Order: sequence, then C-alpha cells, then structure tokens
Amino acid sequence: MQFRPNRYPGKLIIVEGIDGSGKSTQLSLLSQWLRSQRFVVSFSEWNSSAIVKGTTKQGKKKQMFTPTTFSLIHATDFADRLERHIVPMLEAGAVVCADRYAYTAFARDVARGVERAWVRNLYRMAVQPDLAFLFRVPLEVALNRILGGRAALKYYEAGMDLSLSPDIETSFALFQERILNEYDAMTDEMGFEVIDATGTIPGQQREVRRIVRERIGGSLDRDILRYPADGGASAG
Amino acid sequence: MPDSRAPLETYEFRLPKVDMGQFLGKLIVVEGPDSVGRSTQVQRLRTWVEASGYAVVDTGMARSKLTKAGLREAMSGHTLGPLTMTLFYMADFADRLENLIIPALRAGFVVLTDRYFYSIVARAAARHQDPGWLERVAGFALVPHVTFYLRAPIEEIVARVVRSQSDFNYWESGMDVPYGPTIYQSFVNYQTKLVEVLDGLSSEHGFDTVDASRTPDEIFDYLRSRIEPLLTA
Repeated sequence: MQFRPNRYPGKLIIVEGIDGSGKSTQLSLLSQWLRSQRFVVSFSEWNSSAIVKGTTKQGKKKQMFTPTTFSLIHATDFADRLERHIVPMLEAGAVVCADRYAYTAFARDVARGVERAWVRNLYRMAVQPDLAFLFRVPLEVALNRILGGRAALKYYEAGMDLSLSPDIETSFALFQERILNEYDAMTDEMGFEVIDATGTIPGQQREVRRIVRERIGGSLDRDILRYPADGGASAG
Repeated sequence: MPDSRAPLETYEFRLPKVDMGQFLGKLIVVEGPDSVGRSTQVQRLRTWVEASGYAVVDTGMARSKLTKAGLREAMSGHTLGPLTMTLFYMADFADRLENLIIPALRAGFVVLTDRYFYSIVARAAARHQDPGWLERVAGFALVPHVTFYLRAPIEEIVARVVRSQSDFNYWESGMDVPYGPTIYQSFVNYQTKLVEVLDGLSSEHGFDTVDASRTPDEIFDYLRSRIEPLLTA
C-alpha cells in the first residue's frame, strides 16, 4: 500500500474496526491520556466534511448512490478533511487522532463491490499513519452491542443497497461480516496493531497506551507541540 | 499512441452493479480548455445528429443530480481545496456515467459530452496532483468512440474571454493555486499549463485535434465529416 509518507513533525494515530468494536471509546481515552501529558491532540472523524455534507445527505436520503459514487463522495469528504485539517495539524506538530481512515473505505467499499485495486489507488492521496489500530471483535459481539441500544439502522449503513436480505438487521449482519473479512484480509498488508476488543475497556486501553509508548513514545516527546503547563490543556 | 482498448470498453476497472449489457449507442467527446467554443459545437452537433434521425443525450461537467448543488455551493466560495475539487468532479463524472451515459448507450443513443474525465485530469495536474493516479481513479470510464480536442493557442483563449465581455473566472484562472500575482497573469499561466497537459493526454489517448481558431462553421463541418461515418457504421 502506497500512502504518502508522513514527513511532518505531527503524528497520525488512527483506529479502525466494525461498528460496535468500541474503537471510538478507546480513541477518546487515548486522547485524554495524551492531553494529560500536555500533547496537543486534534480529532478527525470519518464523513464529517462541511463542504461535502449536503451531497452525502442528499445521496443517502434519496438513495442515489452506486458503490462507485458512494466511494467517490466519501473520498471527497476524506480529501477535504485531509487538506483542510489533518495535514495542516501534522505540519503544526499536533497528534492527529482519526476515528476511521482510508482502511474503512478499503473494507466497506470492497464489501460493497468496488475493486480492491481501484479503491486502494484512490486513497494513495492519504498520509501514512504512524499507528493504525484495528479493534477486532467477533461479529456476534459487535451485533449485540449495536442492535441492542441505538437508533434504527440506516439504508446504506445496513448495506441495503446490496440486496443481501430484505430484512434490515439481517442485511446489516451480512454486510458487517463482509467488512470484518476485509479487515482481516488486509491486516498484515497494512501493519495494523490488532487489539482484542472483547477485553475490558481499561484492559484494552492499557494495551493501546503501551503500544503508543513503545512505537512512537520518543518522537512524541521530541516533536509534538504541547499545551502550556499552567492548565491550558483543559481549554483544549 | 491511441487507446489500445476498443470503444466502450472500460479503461481498467469494472463498475460494480452496472449492467454493461450490449451497447448500441456512440460516445462522442468534445474536449478542450475553457472558452474555445466547445458548448457551441455540442449544441450544433446535437441539432444535426437529431435531424439525421438519431436520438441524442448531451451532458457536461458538474451537471450530475447527485453533486450539482453541492459542487455549485463549494465553487461559490474559496475554501474548496484542490484535492477535494478533483474528487468532487470525479464523483460528478461517475454519477453521470452510471446514471445517464451508460443507460443511454445501452438504449442506442448518441451521447455527446462536453468534456470527459480528461479535463478533470488536466485541472488536477495543473494543481500539482499526479495525473497517473487520477487516470487510474477514472479507470472505470468507457473508452469513447472519438474525442475531439478543440485546441487553441493561449493568445486565442485570452482573446475569446475578453471579446465575450466576461471577467476572468477565479477557478478558470487557477487563482486557488495561484499561477501569478494578478488574475490575468494567473489565467495565462494556468491555461497554458492546461493546454500542455491536454496535449499530453491527446497523444496518450489519440484525440482528434481540431484547430479552434478556425471559424465555428469550419469546425462544425470538420466534426460532422468525422462523425458521419461513425453514425452509419
């Protein structure tokens, strides 16, 4: 996989995993820990660009997406966040924490039917993360977490456009299974740090922090912009 | 060197969930930089092809249902980054390809398109993005039957904008890069770069180059003479 190398002082840490893997919780805990050491942390969430938002919303509402346009609009959203936020923050020396990254497209868009080689080429514009965590959880566990306590599933989220099943929960399960398989298949190639997401939340977080210290601890101390010592961290 | 693939084959990648079926129609592209008279020619061609008894669909950049409103809004400000712009236009292209161009070709229409993905590649290359990367992104596109490249020297392009009494457009001047200290300078340098990239694409894909400084009638006669055998084939 050929991303652009990260030649900036900042560090890019990303989390991946299927819905219900608990990755957002872990990323949030990681950022608290980094901030407690006064490192400047900046977040980037999948599918959050203001410029692309209206188009995505309309496409979803009116079910206008094909697998290819779904992929391209999400890549457009990613590009906007990349050039407006992620790259400038890395240049300035922040730790950028991204909740989902190009790998989400590699897993999800391929599960939706686009060619692997095509979507991997599409994201060659992305910056290589310094650390990529995959929160790995068996499908049943994730489904129990998701289907239990949250709002109704949405059409594309459940992969209803693939006609896997007329039942939305069944479709969601089949779609998530495909995504899980794609994550597994790319794990070695992408060099993910795999976290067993069936463990306790503090247990997983200890593991995450250990890996961060081990892999990039030295460069964090050396290169990363810090909040002032007088409690400025709480304002960030 | 022209494309090695036959017309209406995809360049490299298949489009998922798209019925490629049997194509009965023809795909005709009119390419070229800004202000060389592309749309005028497409309009005249449409009238003539229809008069000859063939159904026509015409399309052009930024006209997709999915992205039209969003692109217009993004282009009206100045916060659209170069990479975001490239991919937004690629999404527009893909939407029109899958939902308009391909169904029309299956139904036997003559599809006239005012620019193809080549213009997106040219604009991206002029914004320091890798054209090889973007050509692969567009690798799901169909090879056209013919691409006419309306080519004009930069002096001619400038003269056409000035004669049309319109201002130099921010994006058409590459002011987002920018290419010069003034909008005029930036326009000249940016459009020069666009022509340079289009020239490269022309030899790569075997465009049929037309001298856009000839009169509109002469250009139209030439296009007609090239399209006629294609229609009756």
